Amino acid sequence: MKLRYVVPGDDLSFAGRASAEVKRALGRLGVDPSVVKRAAVCMYEAEMNMIIHGGGGVAEADVEQDRVRIILEDRGPGIPNLELAMREGYSTAPSWIREMGFGAGMGLPNIQRNADDLSIESKVDEGTRVTIIIKLSDPPAEQP
Amino acid sequence: MTVAQITETLDGTLLVGQELLGLEIRSACGADLMSDVMAFVKENVVLLTGLVNPQAIRTADLMDIKVIVFVRGKTPPKDMLDEAAANGQAVIATKHTMFVSCGKLWEAGLRSGGTR
Ligand SMILES: Nc1ncnc2c1ncn2[C@@H]1O[C@H](COP(=O)(O)OP(=O)(O)O)[C@@H](O)[C@H]1O
Ligand SMILES: [Mg+2]
Repeated sequence: MKLRYVVPGDDLSFAGRASAEVKRALGRLGVDPSVVKRAAVCMYEAEMNMIIHGGGGVAEADVEQDRVRIILEDRGPGIPNLELAMREGYSTAPSWIREMGFGAGMGLPNIQRNADDLSIESKVDEGTRVTIIIKLSDPPAEQP
Repeated sequence: MTVAQITETLDGTLLVGQELLGLEIRSACGADLMSDVMAFVKENVVLLTGLVNPQAIRTADLMDIKVIVFVRGKTPPKDMLDEAAANGQAVIATKHTMFVSCGKLWEAGLRSGGTR
């Protein structure tokens, strides 16, 4: 099963909708609720990043036999220093984002914790592609 | 502790979710940062927040949180309440601050926080 969403960067009323729909779809497929929740958290953080930092883009969830692959791709400014971006508390979010409850610099670390695999390809001035893998058969990853 | 007891303990008003009044709640999460909510892994959770914004409703829904308390007298607009109702969530408003609200729930016996 493949789900695809165009996520606008300028209309926050849609923010989080793609993740909510993928979550419901996984639930309907009978995926273990704790696995569904991990997938939803990862996708939601990445979806918000794509909106807040990347100017919107495309979100895809590909459900295979033993895993879900979630890809979020934008044509935004890119991430100049990925290592820095991955640090807890690091954020370039403006203050109005903070008023929405985001921009604490915990998004990427949260994705890292919940995903079975995370890879980020990013080029300055070209965009960012975040690929998240959630395994469906194994028990949830150990929390560090 | 039920949703009805939470509403009463907080001198609150239930804005939507009448049908959840009997729902048993086991732990509480007080947060204004949505990433903190998403790091909170527990079942049967009430979320207390000062963030009156659709993202609070959506983040809670994503985390299977059925009960949201808006603290410090903030009342969410109708479209947020409609979204919560559509998600099958209950929304409570209380005039108490975050600190006092958490204290009251703790005193009333709700002791379990989250883990990370
Ligand atoms: N899609 C993206 N495009 C550009 N920059 C990004 C993107 N995603 C993340 N970043 C950068 O990485 C930083 C850290 O991201 P994150 O951990 O989610 O924290 P936050 O979103 O709260 O700032 C962001 O502040 C931003 O600078
Ligand atoms: Mg983020």
